[in-house]
Amino acid sequence: MRTIFLATLAALALHVPDVWAQAHSGHAGAIPMPVMLGDLVISRGYGRATPPHAPVGTGYLSIQNQGRVPDRLLGAESPAAGRVEIHRMAMRDGVMRMRPLPKGIEIPAGATVDLRPGGAHLMLMALKAPLVEGARLPVKLRFERAGRIEVQLAVGPLDATGGHE
Amino acid sequence: MSVKSGLRPIRLALWALVALALIGLAWVQVISPRLQALSDGGMANLGRGDYRLVTGDGQPFTQDSLKGQPTAVFFGFTHCPDVCPTTLGDISGWQEDLARAGKTLRVFLVTVDPERDSPEVMRDYVSWVPGVQGVSGSPEEIAKALKAFRVYARKAALEGGDYTMDHSAMVLLFDRDGRYSGLIGYQEDADRVRASLERLVAG
Repeated sequence: MRTIFLATLAALALHVPDVWAQAHSGHAGAIPMPVMLGDLVISRGYGRATPPHAPVGTGYLSIQNQGRVPDRLLGAESPAAGRVEIHRMAMRDGVMRMRPLPKGIEIPAGATVDLRPGGAHLMLMALKAPLVEGARLPVKLRFERAGRIEVQLAVGPLDATGGHE
Repeated sequence: MSVKSGLRPIRLALWALVALALIGLAWVQVISPRLQALSDGGMANLGRGDYRLVTGDGQPFTQDSLKGQPTAVFFGFTHCPDVCPTTLGDISGWQEDLARAGKTLRVFLVTVDPERDSPEVMRDYVSWVPGVQGVSGSPEEIAKALKAFRVYARKAALEGGDYTMDHSAMVLLFDRDGRYSGLIGYQEDADRVRASLERLVAG
């Protein structure tokens, strides 16, 4: 009886490292979505896995402003990239152009702004390592009024187009 | 006063009208159609030029590379965060559909950014999609290819000396004789794409 008890205890003990690792996976402090920060609800955050040798990656997310005053996403940082900028794509006459938004993106009061493929995105530049599908991508967001928050983006396939809560 | 000399201005006017009518007829029947054919001939020559580029596997890529089987060509670069992965993803889907019908589409992605995208970089960049080869070369040869395929590409500066490339985002189709056969617009409706590709691989 005692042997069985000890054996069971041993078997359980072997799993502690797994559970510990799972509970602490990802960057310390990065919060999975959806997340509230002041009047803002940040959700549907995801990144795209990068093709081999791609030096840049993208992150997308939705920001809902439930307040009565506009806010502005000023910038972002990530340990996965040398720097993060906010860029916007625009297609006209069959030509695709990308431009940085040095002043960031306004989040009007009562509105939701979606960063999505074909529109605005977080541009991760000087990637330190390829983004791999299934990984978690920590990103620190900086808002003019709401302040800063670190969130987790779920990395999807190379041509991902949808987020999940 | 003689009747003949009084009629002379009228006769001249009438002959002028006749001349105009003949010119008009010539324009409609002969000259305009020839001009039209010249400009259509321009599109029919899409992809033709003396560019010499290299695929990721080290093979030459020239206008003759379009012959032999149905081919798609599009232009992009590896610092492209959005359009190029999306287009490659779309192509991946087309290849699956075509494979079910036992057909393959040969695809080339030519870089508009030869300064940063070597043939080896292009090879790796497209390695996750079946049937796609990356193409690069010297800036001079890339410029020739851009002209031959009538593709727009332009450097746009970013902060800190970095840059991005504005570029045409459509996929150009060529039949098995290497003749231009239409295009697929960026993110075009899936049913229309399927129809275009079916026509292409059948013909």
